[in-house]
Amino acid sequence: MNIDTVVNEEKKKLGNSRIPSGAIQQILAFASLIALIIFFSLASGSFLQYSNIIGILLSTAVIGILALGATFVIITGGIDLSVGTVMTLSSVMIGVIVVDGGMPIWVGIVGGILTGALCGLLSGFAIAKLNIPPFIATLAMMMIAKGLALVISSAAPIYFSDHPSFTKISLGSITPGIEVPNAILIFFIMAIIGGIILSKTILGRYNFAIGSNEEATKLSGVNVNFWKMSIYTLAGAFTGVAGVLMAARLNSAQPALGQGYELEAIAAVVIGGTSLSGGKGTIVGTVIGALIMSVLTNGLRIMSIPQEWQTVVVGLVIILAVYADTLRKKD
Amino acid sequence: MKKIGLLSGILATSLLFAACSDDGAEGAGEIEEGKPYVAVVSKGFQHQFWQAVKKGAEEAAEEFDVSITFEGPESESQVDKQIEMLQAALDKKPDAIGFAALDSKAASPLLSEADGKDIPIIAFDSGVDSEIPLATASTDNRAAAALAADKMAEAIGEEGKIALIVHDQTSVTGTDRRDGFKEQIESKYPNIEIVDIQYGAGDHLKSTDAAKAVMQAHPDLKGIFGSNEGSAIGVVNAVNELNKKGKITIIGFDSGKQQLDAIKDGVMTGAVTQNPVGIGYETVKAAVEALDGKELDKVIDTGFYWYDKNNIDDEEIQAAVYQ
Repeated sequence: MNIDTVVNEEKKKLGNSRIPSGAIQQILAFASLIALIIFFSLASGSFLQYSNIIGILLSTAVIGILALGATFVIITGGIDLSVGTVMTLSSVMIGVIVVDGGMPIWVGIVGGILTGALCGLLSGFAIAKLNIPPFIATLAMMMIAKGLALVISSAAPIYFSDHPSFTKISLGSITPGIEVPNAILIFFIMAIIGGIILSKTILGRYNFAIGSNEEATKLSGVNVNFWKMSIYTLAGAFTGVAGVLMAARLNSAQPALGQGYELEAIAAVVIGGTSLSGGKGTIVGTVIGALIMSVLTNGLRIMSIPQEWQTVVVGLVIILAVYADTLRKKD
Repeated sequence: MKKIGLLSGILATSLLFAACSDDGAEGAGEIEEGKPYVAVVSKGFQHQFWQAVKKGAEEAAEEFDVSITFEGPESESQVDKQIEMLQAALDKKPDAIGFAALDSKAASPLLSEADGKDIPIIAFDSGVDSEIPLATASTDNRAAAALAADKMAEAIGEEGKIALIVHDQTSVTGTDRRDGFKEQIESKYPNIEIVDIQYGAGDHLKSTDAAKAVMQAHPDLKGIFGSNEGSAIGVVNAVNELNKKGKITIIGFDSGKQQLDAIKDGVMTGAVTQNPVGIGYETVKAAVEALDGKELDKVIDTGFYWYDKNNIDDEEIQAAVYQ
């Protein structure tokens, strides 16, 4: 049995082919996004202003990139609870390298991304080689990263005030004519990279195969452990990139932040139609999911809805999104 | 077997690392024989604010020749963890305890136990809602926020729309600062309208996005009050990102390097700072006085200061703010 038969078998089991079904979910998510945008523009004249749209996209960048990485992991049927604090560890690492170590900014950026990748690799190792369930392994990584971020920063924020160019990575603009903050461009570039990896490379192929039927994938001769570790490492690298953007936007590395971001990232992935049971998901869906989250938050804030209710609404949207997904599967 | 070997190797290495770094993140200080021992259990540890409280406590320990330990949970939601710390502190048989409760009710059995053993308890920061502590060393957050409201009114000419970015809607500091500010504006400045109050969990990034949304919704907004360091920095970021420097008056709370820089740069008008060093100092001092059998005032006001461009370098401000 080779890998294509595994994938085909799974397609048969689902009753219809994956691509059209994914498309339906995407159209649904996209339609919800448009509906939200129309609703909020009618509710408040401030919503569709150019500066507010830029604000929404900018607030999507960090959670969005975390969600892109999480998409790969969730398609394997796994979960990564460590992305919030690993992102923090990455941003603190940049501070340690650049501010404390006096190295050039690019070394810090590479170091931050590598830190994320290394954490991902360790989680992947614990999951693939030590057979620890992803929930537990990444929960442990969440704590390890949180602790290490405090240790290497001596529990104090690190400021990039002496490196004025650093903040341009997020807030500068290289687009001629219109001012689009770089963080937004980087988010979309990461989405394109993620989309290509997921749909055009062998890693993406095995990613779906492992998520659909890990046992069968293993039997068809695929080194499942190797690919799982690669996938977690890749997700870790995405997390590192989010850490760079976070530090650059805040012009500081804040060791106490980050916890809770993993749940927002997972919510974005799930709203985008990726199944928590694995084997199904798209990058476009995740981008839309992340946008839905930030459009909701921004719109409710602009309407001056009390914060307590904002949280309730976001929770309800997650339920609706996943319910729509299960309904479609039943058909 | 190989795996167990590997695991114990990892564990041993990490323990070694932890042991080598003597200023571990959770607690600090050591008990010295012969000196009175005061166990201080705070509401936090890693935040700069708590580090400043710790510094004040250490200064008092030095001055009055007592030994102290200072510890606190990682976040202000970890009520259970704080109870464990208080329990552990009690087990060390301290001569006195300094305590800032996350949840006074949850802590009350342990407080009664300490009371039964005649261990004096000094409450600090948001205090302890109980009759047991002999004294509470704290900031009057309502009065401090009312001062911030006066400064806001002065800066915007006593009229116009303003908004608040608050760190949370359940803690005493969050609600006291929000209400202290709000009541002062409502009672003294009828021409100022508070158009929105948003909560950013003290998270810099979330506070930034919240402040931006408020500014989008109210283009004629004249000022924003940020109720703690993270909230205030969020407002500063939002104003910078929307290029509204000089058009929006920002009043902050607490300090930290970015807030100090924003005041020096003129992005932020000024801020109210508590006196965290004073809180730590007064707590340990009161504990020592209790051990000496002195009568204590029930409430020890540790004070607060307004600081702006003009007085930021004054000695008393520099002693209260942290980088």
